[in-house]
Amino acid sequence: MKFTLSWLKEHLETEKSLEDITDKLTSIGLEVQNVNSSSLLNSFVIAKILTAERHPNADKLQVLNVDIGKKKFVQLVCGASNVRAGLISVFAPPGTYIPGLKKILTVGKIRGIKSFGMMCSEHELLLSNEHNGIIELSANAPLGVPFFVYAGLDDPVIDINLTPNRSDCASVYGIARDLSTAGIGALRKTITPIISGKAEKTSMKIKIESNDEEPLCLGFAWRVIKDIKNGPSPEWIQHRLTSIGLHPINSLIDIINYLTFDRGYPLYTFDADKINNNLTIRLGRKGEKVLALNDKEYILSSKNCVIADDNNVVSIAGIIGGKKTACDEKTRNIIIKSALWNSDNIAQTGRELGIISDARYRFERGVDPNFMLPGLELTTKMILDICGGKPTEIEVIGFTPPIIRKVQFPFSEIRRLTSLDVPRGETITILNNLGFKTIGEGQVLTVQVPSWRTDINEKADLVEEVIRIYGVDRIKPQPLLNDFITQDKILTPLQIRTRNTRRALACRGMLEIITWSFISEKNACIFGGGKSELKLSNPISSDMSNMRPSLLPGLIKAAQQNVNLGFSDIAFFEVSDTYEGNMPEKQRRVASGIRRNTAGLNGSGRFWNGNATAVSVFDAKADAITALESCGIAANEIQIESSAPSWYHPSRSGAIILKSKIILGYFGEFHPNILDTLNVHGPLCGFEIFIDAVPETKKKDTKKRAPLVLSHFQKIIRDFSFVVDKNITAASIIHAAEKADKKLIDLVQVFDFFEEKRFGVDKKSIAIEVSIQPVERTLTDEDLEILSTKIVNNVIKISKGYLRK
Amino acid sequence: MKNIEILAQEIRDAINAADSIQALDTIRVFAFGKKGIISEQLKSLSSMSSDMRKIAGPVLNSLKKQINGLLTERRKQLRKEIFSAEIAHAKIDVTLPVRQTPAERGRIHPISQVIDEIIAIFSDMRFTIAMGPDIETDYYNFTALNFPQRHPAREMHDTFFFNPDEKGACKLLRTHTSAAQIRTMRKQKPPIRIVIPGKTYRIDSDTTHSPMFHQVEGLVIDKTVTIANMMWVLEHFCKTFFEVPSVKMRFRPSFFPFTEPSMEVDIQCDRSKADIKFGKGKDWLEILGCGMVHPKVLRNCNLDSEEYQGFAWGMGIDRIAMLKYGMPDLRAFFDADIRWLEHYGFRPLDIPTLFDGLTS
Repeated sequence: MKFTLSWLKEHLETEKSLEDITDKLTSIGLEVQNVNSSSLLNSFVIAKILTAERHPNADKLQVLNVDIGKKKFVQLVCGASNVRAGLISVFAPPGTYIPGLKKILTVGKIRGIKSFGMMCSEHELLLSNEHNGIIELSANAPLGVPFFVYAGLDDPVIDINLTPNRSDCASVYGIARDLSTAGIGALRKTITPIISGKAEKTSMKIKIESNDEEPLCLGFAWRVIKDIKNGPSPEWIQHRLTSIGLHPINSLIDIINYLTFDRGYPLYTFDADKINNNLTIRLGRKGEKVLALNDKEYILSSKNCVIADDNNVVSIAGIIGGKKTACDEKTRNIIIKSALWNSDNIAQTGRELGIISDARYRFERGVDPNFMLPGLELTTKMILDICGGKPTEIEVIGFTPPIIRKVQFPFSEIRRLTSLDVPRGETITILNNLGFKTIGEGQVLTVQVPSWRTDINEKADLVEEVIRIYGVDRIKPQPLLNDFITQDKILTPLQIRTRNTRRALACRGMLEIITWSFISEKNACIFGGGKSELKLSNPISSDMSNMRPSLLPGLIKAAQQNVNLGFSDIAFFEVSDTYEGNMPEKQRRVASGIRRNTAGLNGSGRFWNGNATAVSVFDAKADAITALESCGIAANEIQIESSAPSWYHPSRSGAIILKSKIILGYFGEFHPNILDTLNVHGPLCGFEIFIDAVPETKKKDTKKRAPLVLSHFQKIIRDFSFVVDKNITAASIIHAAEKADKKLIDLVQVFDFFEEKRFGVDKKSIAIEVSIQPVERTLTDEDLEILSTKIVNNVIKISKGYLRK
Repeated sequence: MKNIEILAQEIRDAINAADSIQALDTIRVFAFGKKGIISEQLKSLSSMSSDMRKIAGPVLNSLKKQINGLLTERRKQLRKEIFSAEIAHAKIDVTLPVRQTPAERGRIHPISQVIDEIIAIFSDMRFTIAMGPDIETDYYNFTALNFPQRHPAREMHDTFFFNPDEKGACKLLRTHTSAAQIRTMRKQKPPIRIVIPGKTYRIDSDTTHSPMFHQVEGLVIDKTVTIANMMWVLEHFCKTFFEVPSVKMRFRPSFFPFTEPSMEVDIQCDRSKADIKFGKGKDWLEILGCGMVHPKVLRNCNLDSEEYQGFAWGMGIDRIAMLKYGMPDLRAFFDADIRWLEHYGFRPLDIPTLFDGLTS
């Protein structure tokens, strides 16, 4: 919402400075977005060209001696065609910002002659597109006076960012009313004229077509004015419209636009002679077309409210008029109408057709219904004053004055919500000045809401009204007492695990990234998604159409983007959400990561003491186990199975299982087909851990750890090498060895593993180191022999292999 | 005895001349081995007359001691020489680099770090951390928050919608974390003190807008909290978050459907240079929206708006991260450019806490 200071002062009697006014506007909730103050333009002054001589080195340039007032004279070079001695024009000294050229003027040297400033065209001052010659002013224009002051163009333009609830301030008058309540001057009351009909009513009929749904038109008032003369509007109207960025067209249109901003009620005038018979307010017919005033043709739907004559739609109701029936210079007879539209329908139609107009802006936020008729009178009066003519009596259909809303308002409510003690008298004054009527003497007032405040419905709304005027800055911050007792931890187990996992993975040299929650449908399908309930109906692009079933596609894509930039060794992770369905419980918390090329734990690429090797399934497995450990799962609690989903490499991947049933995650290299489809290359491995699948640990009664019992007997290490079938897993061999004596065997580690032809095609050699920790006594050779035999037998029993000698 | 003396001199000479531990060992065996010369002499003491023994015994024993000493001494000397030679040989260029430790290479994304900072600050004020789903219903995202039925935010050009279900209802991606307010109020009885950090989505994309972004919502509900408390909480937060001794904030009346009274909050700063400085200057920068929870919203959550009251606020996490740490473009947060992550990311062990002043 834009307006100028002088326009505001037409409704507000005030001596306050521009700064006071703009500060107050912001503090009462009418946030000033921009003030275009002309003080910046004060360096443009009126100057007289004393002499103009041809530039010795250029045919089209002249060297001027200019009187810039106050007995100052400057020399400059100018190329304008209308330059001549004696001409009075506008001068800009070096250092001035020239808006039309978008640059700051400097002292120039043009073909060997110094130029200390410039003479300006209208275009250079953004007054018009005229740039053929410099501005020509009348002979009595005062030299040295700022041009914008002289021309009356020094009126500051204030632009406020109006919140959608404040339709009452979509008018200069409304803003003046708010400011006057806030102590910035006095509101000038305007008296609505009453125009009596001087002309015969016409035979034209207007009707509102009812429809099954909510009413679209809540009132329609009109009159005809005959024998008017339309032409350019008075300069003061043109000035005001221009200053807020509107283009003056002709009196009738300018008056309507002027009053739209002045009073916040958009009216409209039709050229009565261009209307075919009667007017109907109805819903559009599907496919019906209308050429609007903005020269664009709109195709209407059956949800748009329109005004139509017997042939055509003449206006999209409350939004924009039709070109065919618009008033022009030849218009003699007009229909002027003031209507009250259904704001929801206006909003919907405006959005559907993509029309932004000053009328829509106001009707969709809600205008003052009680201004429909006064608005018509006021507009009529202005038209009669400017264009002459004879009006008919007002006719009104479908209008019922709105019910007065009442709110019970206990004074204590202000203190309850804000801690402020606003004196009773001051509260009442504020409300009354804003147009609220207050009834009652006790602690609870009955407050009548003015018809222009469609946003006020309950007492909290009134608290806001009072404090925004009284001053929000008068509320003194008060500490929030720290007596609040939470029974739970600040973070939930899931939140704690999410945090820990992030830090743990980053400690493994990985970089955390955040990728989009939505991915392409193709990628969603590859990674087990693609459900229709997770497909956006209005995605920003086809690459971002489906909620991700996995973090991997985002991670892989991100890695590839870096590869394309020349970074081939990548270790990324993300701890975030994936979506198995559209219900809240189907949103999963997942930690996922990838490593590419040689980006292993200890660093990537070549190094003097050993080059990093290509990443593999075991890098991913180590990451996955770290993630689980940071969620409180110990590595020895889990089982690894070779049942990872289809996007993993079938021979080089695993599933992590807890208690034989809970799937905690997957790890591995990726299926070559998938990499091919994704057009991704290079050694690549990754993992997914379902943090939300990790069972919550039971809260223990004590934080004390079990007592530590240390053995005094020396630890013994024994090595065993087996040759077994290829399909016998390391895990099963470790498990079999451990089972030989759970009390004595501390740890079983695989220290060697290889395949060799001499063992047979389907065989492998696996060597384990068993740590034996005697507890009660030193073991004898015989004890050790018995234990060793048991270990060997256990392993042979499950593997059908043999001990290597 | 003279014979012995000559022998001793020979041994001493040999020890001095020995140039290796092995040579020394040979001398030791020559002198003190089973058949060693001195060993033989010592053995012969037993067959001597006591007078002879009295003379020869001390001489031999002192000779033994002397030669042993010389052997040890020479051995030490030889070992020193060996070590010196070995050390010289082991000379290595210690300026050769070592690999960086993984914890030094890894990075936490600024969004995660800032969320941790937020948690550190609010947990100290006894707030707990709540969460809500990204895929929301129209009810939680709009209706319960008092958005009118035809509010522009409900349109396809602002909000991401899913295809309608069999009943025609469309789920959507939450446009603000405020949706989680409702979920909390519906399942938790007041008093409530929560902050809700999370992802939010709007159809928008430029240097300061992204179709996916992060917000943190705050909600306090009990029987007495007021705007004055809200102002204190937000000032305390901004001061602590931006790590400045004081911060001037401007609360401006504004409008949100779910709060009444509503306010927008500007923070005083100095924008005269490329780097924004808080706690001084003449400019105002909008930083968050807040207000008293609208009585309709309380009633929508089955709370008696006459008994309970509270305040809520919402703030862009990405935005405050950009303001604090100076990233110029929001979109880069989600581009996963390795160089950006290494530059703007945080070391995994830089865990924000209040006792170390968040980042210092």
